[in-house]
Amino acid sequence: MCTVCGCGEGEAKIEGQDHGHDHDHPHVHQHPHEHSHTHGHDHGHRHHYGQGPAHAHAPGMSQSRMVQIEQDILSKNNEYAAANRRFFSDHGILALNLVSSPGSGKTMLLTRTINELKSELELSVIEGDQQTVNDAERIRATGVQALQINTGKGCHLDGHMVGHAMHSLKPADGSVLFIENVGNLVCPAAFDLGEAHKVAILSVTEGEDKPIKYPDMFHASDLMILNKTDLLPYLDFDVERCIEYARRVNPGIRVLQLSAKSGEGIQGWYQWIRAARQLVLTDHPELGASGLCA
Amino acid sequence: MHEVSLCESILQVMEQSAASQGYTRVNSVWLEIGQLSGVDLEAMRFGFEVVTRGSLADGASLEIVQIPGEAWCMKCAKTVPVKQRFDECPYCGSYQLQVTGGEELRVKELEVD
Repeated sequence: MCTVCGCGEGEAKIEGQDHGHDHDHPHVHQHPHEHSHTHGHDHGHRHHYGQGPAHAHAPGMSQSRMVQIEQDILSKNNEYAAANRRFFSDHGILALNLVSSPGSGKTMLLTRTINELKSELELSVIEGDQQTVNDAERIRATGVQALQINTGKGCHLDGHMVGHAMHSLKPADGSVLFIENVGNLVCPAAFDLGEAHKVAILSVTEGEDKPIKYPDMFHASDLMILNKTDLLPYLDFDVERCIEYARRVNPGIRVLQLSAKSGEGIQGWYQWIRAARQLVLTDHPELGASGLCA
Repeated sequence: MHEVSLCESILQVMEQSAASQGYTRVNSVWLEIGQLSGVDLEAMRFGFEVVTRGSLADGASLEIVQIPGEAWCMKCAKTVPVKQRFDECPYCGSYQLQVTGGEELRVKELEVD
């Protein structure tokens, strides 16, 4: 039994922790739409909402009663996320939630970033994947501490898993924590991890209309990175149109264009990280006076 | 895609409420789901049935109240209806919209025994 929250056995596995946590994610269904016609409509619809006092049950007439809940479905996750955010804030940690499709170059961007910033900043990484510890091993090869979370059948990290990962990872005060989410442009949008910013990474080998195909993710992100720009001469990718689509779903989104392979444009990303960290450190002058970590 | 996770959360909310309010059976559940919340209603219904099987809400009817999408248009300076996040303002065609409604994901109320 877990001492943090009392959760039991499950599917998600955090490296170095022998108990898992699946109770939020038993994604056993693969093709819900194939079944919806047999299951979707067989409810009685006895209580149409907004059509008169259908559920105004008079006391004594029935044993049934109404209970007002008025609670956000994601409230449990939001509580875990709020606890994580408090932890990050108390320790002056900049936490970034990196989200993208599989294969956008997240891990490569991360390894390059780590190699070029590790002498300047204290860094650590949480890697989310359904299976394997390959990505955490790629990160650890840079000499920075990394922890793998395998979500098993789950399609996203949640606030609860990240809270647990904190107990093993113990990121340093004033450090930068990268959380590489499961490659998926749908589900991670809804699950707050307590991060300061979501960063959406889109590679130019994908469609320029991804921001409007997956609007929730680009709406939830503060920064969009267009990666693999070294390949633009060989592609029909329309950068301006892509940025325009991103601004349609999120007028305030910032955009950086870079190539994690060639290094073109990557200094802008480092400047963005430094600036975001300085904002976090405004509450911790003791940590950031020099802008450097010991 | 994450509707089953959401249904697990709904079940948690119901179980906590049952413990504090002293009931053992949920007959009906009313949810408020915003049009812009990214939830597929059919997947939600399917997930709800699977997740609640054998629980206090086994067989409960699921009533979903859809909340329409709304945004503040900065050019028109008024609230306008939107169906998707990337919709333009239906009056002036601008994309300078701030979503103000339709992101709800709430358990509104339960009918219980």
